[in-house]
Amino acid sequence: MTPELTIALAILFIPLLSFVILIFFGKRFLNVSGHVGTTFLGIDLLLSLYILFAKLNDSIPAWDVTFTWIDFHTVVNNVPLRLDIGIMVDNLTAVMLVVVAAVSFLVHLFSLAYMKDDVRYSLYYANLGLFTFSMLGIVVTNNYLLMYVFWELVGLSSYLLIGHWYEKKSAADAAKKAFIVNRVGDLGFFIGIMIVWMQFSTLTFNGIFSAIGSGNIPFDSNNWLTAAGILIFCGAVGKSAQFPLHVWLPDAMEGPTPVSALIHAATMVAAGVYLVARTFPMLTADALLVIAYTGAVTAFISATIAIVQNDIKKILAYSTISQLGYMVMGLGVGAYTAGVMHLVTHAAFKAGLFLGSGSVIYAMHHALHHLNDHHTDAQDIRFMGGLKKKMPVTFWTMLIFTLAISGVPLTSGFLSKDEILAGTLAFSHFTGHSIIPIVGFLVAGLTAFYMFRMLILTFLGDHQNNHRYEHMHESPKVMIVPLMIFAALSFFAFFSFNPVSAGSGWFFEKVTPPTVVVPEGVASTDVKEFMEEVHHQHSTAMMISVGVSGLGILLAFVTYYWKKISADALGKALKPVHTFLYRKWYFDELYDATFVAATIGIARISAWFDAKIIDGIVNGAAYVTRIGSVVSGNFDSYVVDGIVNFTAYFAGFFGLLLRKVQTGRVQTYIIFALIGLMVLLVLHS
Amino acid sequence: MNITLTHFLLISAILFSLGVYAVITRRNAIMVLMGIELILNSANINFLAFSRYGGLNIEGQMAAIFVIILAAAEAAVALAIVLNIYKRFNTVNIDEISILKD
Repeated sequence: MTPELTIALAILFIPLLSFVILIFFGKRFLNVSGHVGTTFLGIDLLLSLYILFAKLNDSIPAWDVTFTWIDFHTVVNNVPLRLDIGIMVDNLTAVMLVVVAAVSFLVHLFSLAYMKDDVRYSLYYANLGLFTFSMLGIVVTNNYLLMYVFWELVGLSSYLLIGHWYEKKSAADAAKKAFIVNRVGDLGFFIGIMIVWMQFSTLTFNGIFSAIGSGNIPFDSNNWLTAAGILIFCGAVGKSAQFPLHVWLPDAMEGPTPVSALIHAATMVAAGVYLVARTFPMLTADALLVIAYTGAVTAFISATIAIVQNDIKKILAYSTISQLGYMVMGLGVGAYTAGVMHLVTHAAFKAGLFLGSGSVIYAMHHALHHLNDHHTDAQDIRFMGGLKKKMPVTFWTMLIFTLAISGVPLTSGFLSKDEILAGTLAFSHFTGHSIIPIVGFLVAGLTAFYMFRMLILTFLGDHQNNHRYEHMHESPKVMIVPLMIFAALSFFAFFSFNPVSAGSGWFFEKVTPPTVVVPEGVASTDVKEFMEEVHHQHSTAMMISVGVSGLGILLAFVTYYWKKISADALGKALKPVHTFLYRKWYFDELYDATFVAATIGIARISAWFDAKIIDGIVNGAAYVTRIGSVVSGNFDSYVVDGIVNFTAYFAGFFGLLLRKVQTGRVQTYIIFALIGLMVLLVLHS
Repeated sequence: MNITLTHFLLISAILFSLGVYAVITRRNAIMVLMGIELILNSANINFLAFSRYGGLNIEGQMAAIFVIILAAAEAAVALAIVLNIYKRFNTVNIDEISILKD
């Protein structure tokens, strides 16, 4: 075992160790359980940084360790059946390791203050450890089997953490909803894995891709290959909250805010994007087209919804969905590195945005608590405003994050978003799907608008309640430090020294698209040609994107800061549109009316079937049995007993007759003897 | 009138019948025993008659003496039984002693 492999395994299992320790002994040292978890994650982060730097310096090669878990030999049909599991660390993995460990560590740190007085403090940290373990597992595994296992584990830990305050019905419902909606996507993922298994009898990425590369295609049909790709993508649709399964993510905001930052902004929801990136080599052009359109539709729908929301976390949730749509779209159009890079940059600034909102909510809670106000919603941006003076650090860091997500130059978000947009332009150049770049730029503008709307309403302007305003304070240091670190990470310098193009940075150099293995006819555009076109379109993309972002920001300031346009009047004038967006395109209602109602309907029918038909059959069988036993009982008591009794009666009857003979008087017997003697004498003579 | 074997056998048969009749009809156990004596004696008469008129000679008389001895022994045992019956049932009336049928 090489030292690097040991380190990689240590990175994977340290959070699990944290989970095990905290779940069993957390209650015993309740006060320090947070520090224990944070320390473990700190070590984890250092180790993953080591791996990353070693990988980036090429001092260690990419490695892929496989060992056989179960070997069925040739039990079925003489085909060797073997389940291999293993871990693989390439540059993409190394980057993801650092993203997961870093965000997890900072969220652990932030939670020390945020969750301080929570009822289930140690359980919270235990679940964070479990989640981090599962997420790292997704990242380091080299096969679909383990990936699916860890995939379900992150689903489970997400469920546990969303439902952390399960006394609240809305939180418990949200946890269930997240779990069930994810299950829909996972079903597709599982079927996709099964198709792959049917054909290749292996689930390791390398095994599958080399088999496809050598012309071995599921059921000898390119359509099946496309289907397998799209089905595996279904898993990503669920986990990454893509249309039409995006409905769970906004509800998941019922969980503690640091959890939203870790799971529902930076890492777990990005797992879907990571899955697409891993599956990338076997995706056909048709599958990629489906993926690109799914991403585009998701990005657009959620961006429009985010405009009208008032809950600070809901806005961030919809912006997360929108940005995930962006990443998926980026991968779908073939801009592999750009999509993955957006995942990384987004992880930093979106986790920062959530932690910042957590800081605001924390301050609001304290002020409201102080004033004994239990009616005002601590998360509603309409009740905030003017917090810049009270919470300067939170404001400035939030401003940096907002600039980054809006794609303003000098930020990390600008770099990755630009590359995706250039990718969409190149894609439309090759395939003629011009709707994709149009949606991309539209969403960029919308993002800038709604993010600045949130920022302005929260931090600028005046606070409408002076009393409350006086009680607001900046959050404690342990919450602010993670914000500052995320803010620093949101600058361009960490990804590329050229502030206007990521193409020359280390990320593009190290995280290169994998070799596509699908057959000639169904493959997407050649990577080299595509990258040339991207370079070609880059300046165009940059100008348009800066233009629309600037327009969005300007519009936000005009409307919400200078109040030249009345948002209320506009909302009233466009009442149907506003309501439509506010009700989130009626997706929840639609699903309630169709799938939920259908499920309940089927359940009712099943219950009726159960109560009437099944129970009827059972009761009928019981009735028949009862009748049978009555008949057999009667047979027994009349016929069988009759024979027995008759025999007894017969014997008794003769006994009664013969008993007369047995008088007990000796003289009678003598008479009989004499008679007998006489008869004998007569007979003899 | 010449007395022949037939006369003896006739007497003996009458005596036997009387004995049997006594055994069957008497209710008193003592009377039954006396009937048995009559039967035994009718047998003795036969033995003696055959000793005189038949070919039995002295053996007939010997058998008769045996019978007398046996009858004496029998009477002793039977009277002892009757005595015990009386002790047990307080009666020697054999009509009333029918517990055998129960």
